[in-house]
Amino acid sequence: MKIKILKDILSANDQRAKENRELLDRNDILAINFTASPGAGKTSLILETINRLKADIKIGVVEGDVSSTLDAEIVAKEGVPVVQINTGGTCHLDATMVASAFDNLPLEEIELLLIENVGNLICPAAFALGEDLNVLISSVPEGDDKPHKYPVMFSKAHLVVLNKIDLLPYVLFDLPAFTEAVKGLNSRVEIFEVSCKTGQGIERWISWLSSRLNKRPSTS
Amino acid sequence: MHELSITKSMLDLVLDQAQKNGAEKVQGINLVIGEMSGVVDDCVRFYFDFLSKGTIAEGAHISVKIVPAQARCRKCGKQFKLNGLDWLCPSCGTTQINIVEGKELYLESIEVP
Repeated sequence: MKIKILKDILSANDQRAKENRELLDRNDILAINFTASPGAGKTSLILETINRLKADIKIGVVEGDVSSTLDAEIVAKEGVPVVQINTGGTCHLDATMVASAFDNLPLEEIELLLIENVGNLICPAAFALGEDLNVLISSVPEGDDKPHKYPVMFSKAHLVVLNKIDLLPYVLFDLPAFTEAVKGLNSRVEIFEVSCKTGQGIERWISWLSSRLNKRPSTS
Repeated sequence: MHELSITKSMLDLVLDQAQKNGAEKVQGINLVIGEMSGVVDDCVRFYFDFLSKGTIAEGAHISVKIVPAQARCRKCGKQFKLNGLDWLCPSCGTTQINIVEGKELYLESIEVP
């Protein structure tokens, strides 16, 4: 006998993500999910963000990695609360892992939560965490074909940050082709060209983030 | 690697639905997987074999319907099958497309005695 179900396989994760979102909303926290390939500059952009905003905004960080506490140690030096999640081989964060990190963060004191997902452009696309915004970091040395290779990730991003723009003169990277591919998949997304090394373009990212922070219910 | 988490979620959903329907055994599982969901059906079967051991779904046959990736052109409305890196609308040549099919990942039905 056949029983019709028609239920999303990840519905349990989606439900937990919704609960995370409710908890974040109750605490008036803007949560950003940073996704990227390994080495694109997720930790660098998080550190830049902390440096520029920590005097004005209370920031918390969740670091997701398959193993090690290297990123959490670097972030902790900035004096912000940070929790490292080691996924133990799993290639993405999921809503349950992030919920467990919440238990170790002073949520009532946090206004901006930066979640660094595992470096991977495939698997994290399937797992909602309860975030407000998805920020995808791509970088010049990876090549301009990434939107074609990882369309799902690019199509769900709220913002694409193209890092290491200072390397453009030295690397084969067709910026107009990259832009056309990203905009083709995701017409509303903006692309910010930045360099975490030289600081180029970081101001634009910070003002974008600040405007999102100002749209939270308590501040509007 | 995310097939492990996905297979575990799928098995939990199957067992939950089987229990809700009073089934004592699950003989078949019918999945719908989009080509762009990034899920490899053979990996799901591989993980399922060991995750399902000792459950009422052990030994269940998994059949998978793969949904091809389809896009719709935002300019002319033409719907077409996405083919590798060639994403130009075959009708008007633009890259302005929306992915409309191929991200599916759901449990269509289960088969019980």
